[in-house]
Amino acid sequence: MAASDTDVERRREAPSRRRTTRDRRSSGPGGVGRRWLPYGLLAVPLAVYATFVLYPLATTVRLSFYEWDGLTTPTFNGLTNYLDLVRDDTFIGALVHNGAFLIFYTVVPVALALLLTVLLTQEGTVRGLGVYRVGLFVPQVMPMVVVGVVWRWMYSPVDGAINELLGLVGVDPIPFLGDASTALPAVGLVASWVQYGFAMVLFMAGVQSIDRTLYDAASVDGAGQWAKFRYVTLPGLRGPIVVATTVSMIAALRVFDLVFVMTRGGPARRTTVVAFEIYQRAFQLREVGGAAAAATVLVVLILVLSRFVLRFQEEDA
Amino acid sequence: MSRTLQRHGSHIVLSGMMLIALFPLILMWLTAFKSTGELATNPFGLPAQWQFSNFSEAWIQGSFGVYVRSSVIVVVPVVLLAGILSTLAGYAFGSFRFRGREALFLIMLIGIMVPAEGIIVPLYYVMDGFGLLNTYWALILPQVALSTSFGAFWMRQFFADVPDDLSDAAAVDGAGPLRTLWSVLLPLARPALGTLALLIFMWTWNEFLLALVLVQDEAVRTVPVGLSFFQGQYSAQVPLLAAAATIVSLPVLVLYALLHRKFIAGLAAGSVKA
Repeated sequence: MAASDTDVERRREAPSRRRTTRDRRSSGPGGVGRRWLPYGLLAVPLAVYATFVLYPLATTVRLSFYEWDGLTTPTFNGLTNYLDLVRDDTFIGALVHNGAFLIFYTVVPVALALLLTVLLTQEGTVRGLGVYRVGLFVPQVMPMVVVGVVWRWMYSPVDGAINELLGLVGVDPIPFLGDASTALPAVGLVASWVQYGFAMVLFMAGVQSIDRTLYDAASVDGAGQWAKFRYVTLPGLRGPIVVATTVSMIAALRVFDLVFVMTRGGPARRTTVVAFEIYQRAFQLREVGGAAAAATVLVVLILVLSRFVLRFQEEDA
Repeated sequence: MSRTLQRHGSHIVLSGMMLIALFPLILMWLTAFKSTGELATNPFGLPAQWQFSNFSEAWIQGSFGVYVRSSVIVVVPVVLLAGILSTLAGYAFGSFRFRGREALFLIMLIGIMVPAEGIIVPLYYVMDGFGLLNTYWALILPQVALSTSFGAFWMRQFFADVPDDLSDAAAVDGAGPLRTLWSVLLPLARPALGTLALLIFMWTWNEFLLALVLVQDEAVRTVPVGLSFFQGQYSAQVPLLAAAATIVSLPVLVLYALLHRKFIAGLAAGSVKA
């Protein structure tokens, strides 16, 4: 945060100097050849990007207006795929489950991390944060498939660690992932487990860069703990909160690996999500058009949310 | 008095949170060294006898030797190619002013936000059309494209922040833009490129959906997909499964142990992706 602030200032100081160098660069000796240089530099990266990201993305949108089994000729069917999705209880259920994941991925970790950060930093900064930072961040770098495999075993009613622990206090084994009422929260809590360390690391770093004299000034003005939190800490952490929230929101919308590995959307589709429905429809049921419509919905949701963050970040600068 | 208490309290709370983050993973590592019989009687303690046989069994009978080989064959070219393409694109966007720059950059940014889920359906048919299904290229090319989108964004930041005096001095010495890039800017870019390479390595190594859909052939299968199929087959043999999961996560964890600063800084700064 601190580094990017100084960068912004540096950029503000010297716009005119920058422009003159650039003009000189493109109109100097050999300027004609050099005018094409940036396009030459971009040619290969853009070609690869266009072929394997942009073209498939555009095709996703196009296919969403067709009925196609992946083999015969696609037939145009207008908005039918979208109307089918709206009427499809499984898809609506998937959207609702993504909403639940938003809570587990975003609200739970951000609230928890915020609470802990405030508790831990009340009396100034905590020393020796380094070790905790490294430890708290480990779930972030783990392959999601490994996370899913480990937690599926943790939850197992046969030999899972959680049921072993519950057994010590005399509770009978609970089939967390097999029971329709507990499966979604069980998978969701794994998402919270992955994400809270990330939010904590961002917030603890953010608090370090809040000017301590603001707290002293607030004390002089007779502010209590709540007022200090509300008017100093919270505004000071706006940037990290926005970043943590958006990143987690996008992760919650696109969640796939965790569901695939832990439940395959079950039991009785009670943990299915949009990404899993895309996979299911396109590659198991061969309803390519319907899958493309679901994918389009997902991309639109994500782009809208991403725009939301970018706007906040621009306001920050 | 209350301050010291609070300071100790902070460390207790933080240790507790860290323990929660690490407990399932530590349990996985310990279990990987136990026999199935021992797991039933001693689920939480250290193994009475450290069994390395779980690893060799996962490696050979479980085919993880094959999967690791596939993953390496995919990851190395992705990191190299995406690193080169990101540098070229970042240099263009960060150091030059040209018509269409803003528009092209915005188009590139779309790729940071679009998840693989958004492109996977047509990508399957694109790869089929190229005859690339069930080849390493089916995994390498899309991953390079997605990574370059983030990498262009990342390296543009670096090139935009380099003081102009440096490249101006090189120009006065008669160096062209490519020569300046190679001998003046790239040495300076080493830390930024290093972090980028780490992030791309991690994303590619951990990638699941593309590998699940675009490759069916077991000889080309990468480690995360290998683990998910392995789980279906061996869910009763927990120590074997734990050994396999340990193999899958080991390369990323070793890099993280060595270079955690770069990982944390990179993920915090480049977190719009992830």
